[in-house]
Amino acid sequence: MNFDFSDDQKFLKAEARRFLDANCPPARVRAVLDDDAKPYDEALWKAVAGQGWLGAAIPEEYGGLGLGRLELCVLAEELGRAVAPIPFASTVYILAEAVMLAGDEAQKAEILPKVAAGELIGALATSEGPGVLTPAALKASVSGGKLTGAKIPVTDGDIAHLALVLAKENGRPGLFLVDLNGPGVTREPLKTLDPTRDAARITFAGAAATRLGPAGEGFALLEQVLDRAAVLIAFEQCGGADRCLEMAKAYALERYAFGRVIASYQAIKHKLADMYVKNELARSNAYYGAWALNTGAPELPLAASAARIAASEAFWFASKENIQTHGGIGFTWEMDCHLYYRRSRQLSLVAGAPRVWKERLVSHLERRNAA
Amino acid sequence: MDFNDTPEEAAYRAQVRAWLEANAPKRPVGGDDGEGGGSMAASKAWQAKKAAAGYAQITWPKEWGGQGGTPIQQVIFNAEEASYPVPPNPFQIGLGMCVPTVATFADQATKDRFVGPALRGEEIWCQLFSEPSGGSDVAAARTKAVRAPDGSGDWLISGQKVWTTGAQFSDYGIVVCRTNPAAPKHKGLTMFWVDMHDAGIEVKPIHQMSGGSGFNEVFFTDVRVKDSQRLGAVDDGWKVSLVTLMNERLAVGGASGAGWREFLEAARGVAGIDGQPAVKDQALREKLADWYVQAEGLRHTRNRTMTALSRGQTPGPESSIGKIVSAMQMQELGNAALEMLDEYGIVSDPDLAPLHGGFHTSVMFAPGLRIAGGTDEILKNIIAERVLGLPGDIRVDKDVPFKDMPTGR
Repeated sequence: MNFDFSDDQKFLKAEARRFLDANCPPARVRAVLDDDAKPYDEALWKAVAGQGWLGAAIPEEYGGLGLGRLELCVLAEELGRAVAPIPFASTVYILAEAVMLAGDEAQKAEILPKVAAGELIGALATSEGPGVLTPAALKASVSGGKLTGAKIPVTDGDIAHLALVLAKENGRPGLFLVDLNGPGVTREPLKTLDPTRDAARITFAGAAATRLGPAGEGFALLEQVLDRAAVLIAFEQCGGADRCLEMAKAYALERYAFGRVIASYQAIKHKLADMYVKNELARSNAYYGAWALNTGAPELPLAASAARIAASEAFWFASKENIQTHGGIGFTWEMDCHLYYRRSRQLSLVAGAPRVWKERLVSHLERRNAA
Repeated sequence: MDFNDTPEEAAYRAQVRAWLEANAPKRPVGGDDGEGGGSMAASKAWQAKKAAAGYAQITWPKEWGGQGGTPIQQVIFNAEEASYPVPPNPFQIGLGMCVPTVATFADQATKDRFVGPALRGEEIWCQLFSEPSGGSDVAAARTKAVRAPDGSGDWLISGQKVWTTGAQFSDYGIVVCRTNPAAPKHKGLTMFWVDMHDAGIEVKPIHQMSGGSGFNEVFFTDVRVKDSQRLGAVDDGWKVSLVTLMNERLAVGGASGAGWREFLEAARGVAGIDGQPAVKDQALREKLADWYVQAEGLRHTRNRTMTALSRGQTPGPESSIGKIVSAMQMQELGNAALEMLDEYGIVSDPDLAPLHGGFHTSVMFAPGLRIAGGTDEILKNIIAERVLGLPGDIRVDKDVPFKDMPTGR
């Protein structure tokens, strides 16, 4: 049994933490939070590219480091812990993974080296409004290589160079690559719950679109893309949830009420124990997702669903109970608690809300355990 | 990251498989009463076979009849053994907790006398700790041991123990007693081993709320024991009991019984709110997903624990979460299944109820599982204090002589 990361991967994780402690302290996150004109931390993005992280899982022939998905998982955990204000998920977990999964040779050669070099930011454009998007309701459409429609919200849509867009072609859904700096694209930044991550409304009026992967299989392909992203995002969530537990513990050990530290009250101790239990369940599910992602196992859809559901629950619980443990000071803008609370919402909602994933999971179970 | 054996583990597994294939029963023998009983003769015979081959306690040193093996080897054996219909194992409390305590604190002659017969399943041991006045608070034990007035140095034990697993078929037990009521509670306890066949010991089964009787009350009336039956120093019994309880943590199991698979299966055959099968009810589907995710989380937490063992490390604190999660899920899942049946949910008759009443069994047994081997609350204290390093509770009884401590009923 070898269900753990290797010593090399743990070393990479420790290095990543040192790097982010120095280059992404809370003050850097707040600089993005407090400045509406600053959609992300460009200097951090460049620094992360310099570390090779953007191309960690991209093969060397496309300019990456050629490491595996497990290395990407440990980096994701540290980025989540630091609530890094950069478009890492959109670019690396989604765009690069989608291109590696379904791109043709020309698409890989064009896109992957730019991602690895930090020259290209990606975005996933699926949602068209409130509620769960279904094939029947999908409005965006491609005709003669030109995309028409509107997507809202698109995470990192205001800063991205290339979008992966879900749209119909000949009445059948597909995934398309669209240059967001080309003609026929209009973007408006959106005010969102987590201002440390960028988002936009994008309107396409005859923008040039190139299909990624086979025609007519947009939703199936999107599911495969999201399965991969879900595992990596789960590691970000685990990193954030663990940091919340650390913050709550540190504060509970220094805050006095009624003559003793509040960490000595069972109401607080049991709350923190509950956080710990959820975080461990999330971590174990994320590990299984990492194994399935790295080996391309057929269990990936179930493993990814479980990882996403457990990590969403853990980060939500830890981020809200961290505020509760802090009491009044936790509700202030100056404390960092709300950075995690906001990010926990962002990570749970983009790439599909937990209830959507629960439905997907049970559907898989029904098929696998067919009577 | 993978789920494969190391070459050494694979070789050990192959050796274990070959031995089991040649020696383990292929069909159930004896039977099982569901409460850890069943055919004692079959259990003893299988235990003797394992002991002769060194598989009864793999991690024990060779001079005790073990293999001097590693915990991962024991895990491998257990996993392989589980694929055969072997009889129930009523020896684990003795071998996992009592005998190691005896072996740590008794003289050589006593060790020589007891270790072998226990290993071979010839003698069964029970652990006599919990009392009516102290479950979570084991150190509040009131069962007293006093020196016999005849000057022999013997002790007389009187009092009551409770929730003693296997007392009805045990030959020996270890019992923690109050020897100094004038000292604070942790400093006035002493441990002894006792012969459960003594005329002064009476074992009465407890009628559980679930209907079964897997545990006992044990009454002591002037049970005379030699001073040589003392384990550890007089009034040092708390330290001795910590050795026993440390071993208990390694033996703690989770819930078994109906899980998400059984729920999914049942939900396919029951009408839901809109006349469709209940499995199409969105509320039930979300619960089903949550239970699956919890069960998978525990499964892979066990895999992480096994990985630590495989690497020769001590498992991390993640292994402490199993019972909290599984006992609660057993209760919630069972109840959701009953509610799914609507009015019919009250019918627990095994001939009429889904899963032969398995969901009802979960509902009725789960309250006990949430208490046994550390209540939910005590386990959360353990996580908070030993894992997270938060302060212990304020102990108002720490420096008070035991006899002056306030008591309720």
